[in-house]
This record gives sequence, C-alpha cells and structure tokens, in this order.
Amino acid sequence: MDAFSTHTGIGVPLRRSNVDTDQIIPAVYLKRVTRTGFDDGLFAAWRQHPDFILNIEPFSKGSVLVAGPDFGTGSSREHAVWALMDHGFRVVISPRFGDIFRGNSAKGGLVAAQCEQHDVELLWKLLENEPGTEVTVDLQERTVQAKDLTFAFQIDDYTRWRLLEGLDDIGLTLRHEGDITTFEASRPAWLPVTTPAG
Amino acid sequence: MTKARTLAEKVWDRHVVRKGEGQEPDLLYIDLHLVHEVTSPQAFDGLRLAGRPVRRPDLTIATEDHNVPTKDVDLPIADPVSRTQVETLRRNCAEFGVDLYPMNHAEQGIVHIIGPQLGLTQPGMTVVCGDSHTSTHGAFGAMAFGIGTSEVEHVLATQTLPLKPFKTMAINVTSADGTLRPGVTSKDVVLAIIAKIGTGGGQGYVLEYRGNVIENLSMEARMTICNMSIEAGARAGMIAPDQVTYDFMNGRDHAPKGEQWDAALADWATLRTDEGATFDAEVDIDGDALTPFVTWGTNPGQGLPLGGNVPDPATIVDENERIAAERAIDYMGLEAGMPLREVRVDTVFVGSCTNGRIEDLRAAAKVLDGRSLADGVRMLVVPGSMRVRFQAEDEGLDKVFTAAGAEWRSAGCSMCLGMNPDQLEPGERSASTSNRNFEGRQGKGGRTHLVSPLVAAATAVRGTLSSPEDLD
Repeated sequence: MDAFSTHTGIGVPLRRSNVDTDQIIPAVYLKRVTRTGFDDGLFAAWRQHPDFILNIEPFSKGSVLVAGPDFGTGSSREHAVWALMDHGFRVVISPRFGDIFRGNSAKGGLVAAQCEQHDVELLWKLLENEPGTEVTVDLQERTVQAKDLTFAFQIDDYTRWRLLEGLDDIGLTLRHEGDITTFEASRPAWLPVTTPAG
Repeated sequence: MTKARTLAEKVWDRHVVRKGEGQEPDLLYIDLHLVHEVTSPQAFDGLRLAGRPVRRPDLTIATEDHNVPTKDVDLPIADPVSRTQVETLRRNCAEFGVDLYPMNHAEQGIVHIIGPQLGLTQPGMTVVCGDSHTSTHGAFGAMAFGIGTSEVEHVLATQTLPLKPFKTMAINVTSADGTLRPGVTSKDVVLAIIAKIGTGGGQGYVLEYRGNVIENLSMEARMTICNMSIEAGARAGMIAPDQVTYDFMNGRDHAPKGEQWDAALADWATLRTDEGATFDAEVDIDGDALTPFVTWGTNPGQGLPLGGNVPDPATIVDENERIAAERAIDYMGLEAGMPLREVRVDTVFVGSCTNGRIEDLRAAAKVLDGRSLADGVRMLVVPGSMRVRFQAEDEGLDKVFTAAGAEWRSAGCSMCLGMNPDQLEPGERSASTSNRNFEGRQGKGGRTHLVSPLVAAATAVRGTLSSPEDLD
C-alpha cells in the first residue's frame, strides 16, 4: 500500500445520503477474481444517466468525493473501495460511513474522512458554484481545504498512522505470532473444527 | 468483584490475543472463518503472492452460494464469469487445504445457513466471513461480523483480526405475555427496529436483542433478527444463549459431545449480560404494538406497517431525508399517500440467509396450502441450503409450493442479490423475504419490498402486498 500524506484534486459533490455499496458497485460486477479493473462498475446504474455528476466535466476527473451521510452502508464488498480507487478517487468525505466500508477503505489506502454535515453542505455549495475547484486533504493535520473554506475531519489515530506509513496489516500482526500461538494453546477443547465430523 | 459486563464485552474479552497499546486496536482471535466464492479470490491471491499458508484450515470452511444457479444445477454454470469464480474457489481450497462444500454437495448452502445447521456456530465464539450478513450467527451468543477481502486475507494468514472495541446497544423487545400478535414474525420485529433507529443508528455498536419477546423466539426466528443487524448499521447483533439455543445445538455434527458437552453448557451459562452492566445505548420496542411490516423505499429503514400508506415527502422536515424519500418513491414507482396494501407485485421471492430456513418455508407453505398464485405473479422458493431443501421435500412442502404455481429451486443466495440468473427485469416489483431493498439489488431497475415469509405468501395469492389475514 502506498503511503498517504496530503492529496489535492477536483472535488465531486454527490448530494445523496445512504449511498450503499450496492450503488457504488452492483453485485453483477463482483465476479472478477482480480483486485483491479472495477472502474466500469462504479455507480454503474447512476452513470447511465447523462446528468449524473461523474458524467459532467470537470467532475469526471475528480479525486475527492463529497457525499451525504451513511456512505458505504450495506454489503461488505471491498470491491466498492477498489472501484472508487480504480476510478481515481483517493478520498471520500462524508458525515458518517458504514463501519465495514470504513475498515475496507483503510486497507486499500482510500481515506474515509468523516466531518460535520454542516461542512459538507458548505463544500457542496462551493463545488457546485465553482466546478473544478480543487480540494486539499491533509491527513497529517486532519484538515480539508478548498478556496477559503477549511475544516477538520475525523479519522482514528491508528488508521491515520497506518495510512501515513503505508503499512501492511498482516505484517504488523505477524510480529505477534508468539502471542497467537500461546493463545491457541489455551482455547477450550469443546470448540469445533471444520474438518468433517466423524 | 469484577466489573459487570455485557455479553458482547465478555465474548470480546475472552478472544483478546494481545491488548492494543494506546490507540492501537486489540488483536482478536477468530474461532470460525466462513468463506465463499465472491469475496475470497483476491485474498487467496494475496497469500500466494506473499508465500503465506492458511494458518488454521481446520477453523475455515468454504461453500459456493452467491453465484450458483438454482435450477439446472446438474449442468455447468452457464455464465462464464460466475463459473470462473466458482472454479477459482475450488482451486484455492484444494491448494490451501480448506474444506469446501461445492454445488450439489449435500451440505452446500448459504454460508450463514450451513454454519448453524452443522453445529459449527456455537455460543461465545467469534465468527467472521466476507459477507455482511455474518451477523446472523450472533443468534447463538457468538460475536459474528462481516469483513472485507483484505480482512479475509488477514484471517486466513493469522486467524486473528486487529479490531477496536465496539460500543454496546441493548434492543429491548417486550410484550405483556412475551408473544407477538398472530401473523407477526421476527422479520416484522427487525424491520420495525431498523425503521425506528435508522440505517445508521447501529453504526459502531454491537446490538444485544433482549426481552421476553426475544426469549420466546425459536433459533430460526432469532437468526432472522440478528441477520439484519447490519441493515441498522451494526456490524454484529447478539442474543444470549439459553435452553432454546442448547436444544437446537444438541446432537449436531460439530456440537460438543459427552463430557465436552457438559463443559460447554457450564461455560455457555455464563454468557449473559451481568446484572448492573451498562449499555452505551438502549432502545425499547413494544412487541404488542407490532403488526406485519413492509418497506416502501430503497433502504431497509424506509418501512411501515402494512396497514399504512406510502409517506408524503412534503411532510418530512429533515432535508436529506425528504430528498431521499422523494428519490425512493420515484424509483419505486409509487405515489405518496397510496395504501401499501394496493401495491401490486410481479414476483415473490422466498429465501435468502434472512428467511431461507425450514421454519420460513413451513410458514409460507401453510399460507399457500390449497391456494394458488394470483394471475401474473411468479414466485420463487429457494431453500437456504441443500439440507433445508431435502427436509422440505421430506415434509412435502415442495408439493405445496408447486401446486400453488410457485417454482421450487435448489439452494443458494439467488434473487436476494441477483448474481445468478434469478433477477428482476427493469421496472419489475417484488415482495421479497430477503434483507436489502437497495436500488437494483435484485436486478437492474428492479423494485423490492422487504417482507416476512407470511406476507410473501399472502402477497403471492392476492397479487398485492397482503398479510394472511387478508385472505378469505
């Protein structure tokens, strides 16, 4: 995973709440066995409408998505994060994220920046009035800045550290393999194994 | 004396491999990892690239469910992309030594149906799967939650997950005598809960369902409720184990036997929220006030009693909610103020990890017995697993369904998410016992109303959203 410190790119106002992961990428696009190539499935149903925001210049080149509350609810599909990143998004700003989506974002290197509804409203207005406005997201300082508008966002310290360092979770965990082995020795005998019962 | 703890805190505490320092998450041990074809290929690929084995194949089990066709199951899968995904799972399981229940195997089925029926899901365990409806297993007093593909890889490699503790929320469902009104099911209970707290209401929480109504529910009904915890935004929902749980578990293939059973029972009895433990939030639901519940919109929180009318967005004060309601009514092809009982459907779907268990099929069959489908309505009945299918056939339920004009299918996720050929056409409307009414979930342009198996069956007979009491 690439380290992330700051990112500047065109902001895309998505005036919708409850953008579930079925909307971000419908199930029929989940059949690939690779980790890339999901851009064609991103918002597939909505992108069929010519007036959908991602079909409008200069938003089609955006990399900072600004959405309403409850972004990424529903299905656990990490393909939602891959599709957003394949399209070029590096940051999603929303007042509230689905828990699984937020976790998946951190794994893939997409910043899920949680901020106040009020700030999202101001940013929406700015991006709609002046299309093409660039938004700078500073992970070190946890701030969003566009023109004269600056506000703070929330991301937990651990996720922020991992993103800043570009660290691989599995490698981090395997540093504690001794603890895992010790724990395994203490598990109760009645717990099941999946090998066929005989 | 130790601090009073909730059920969720107890299960969490007993799985901490390593306590996180400062802002670091805890490292939690995972007792059972369920794997399917859609969210696992990239995880196995990651292991291969890093040269890592599956740490505990004996705590991992795979099945084919999301993609599989539910008819002509003896033939190769027609869709080449689906076929590739299923074949990739088979190759991965063989290479990494993971047991797999493939299509047509007697134990194949939806992951969340087969775990409990094999006795692999047990009280006090941690259960994960690359599927958000893993919350189902919480009905046994397990801590069970959905994970993304990177986390699937993490569990395969380490049998652990780094996690921040959840907050806890009690959902108290009570009635005067602990029962629900006739025709009201656990599906109606959970749809009412989601409508009350909203699709984001449970975010960051583990829900614990409590109260006399919950205590009187069967395991199947409890699984339906825990299954939909994610639709309220919660990653997990739990119910304390009790005699109903033990009776369900006893004798199952992977349940403890003999002395181990006794030891397990003694341990499971401690899996209750302590007197005096506090939850971070509490919600009360009046079980006596509940009636059959259906959704009208495009998220599971947009639901109302069946006797209600499609809401008028003009009366909604919150701007975001008003816009969401306008958009949903437009997508669903409804009109504000229209009685829900007048909404006409094309398709009825009974199945899914929410309502694809034997009890659900029995309930639907009882309504359909001696009746037939309304003109122009097609009905798919898709058992959640091969075992459910065989049991239903032993009980003659398949005959009841086909006599009424419904299609009797083989096991899988099917029309719940339309990854296989079972899909709605654009503009088609379904009454569905599944869990998500999102735009296009059951097929591009399809419109979904979430309902209980009883409402599904009654709707199939009348052709409009109905409950059994609407039938002659």
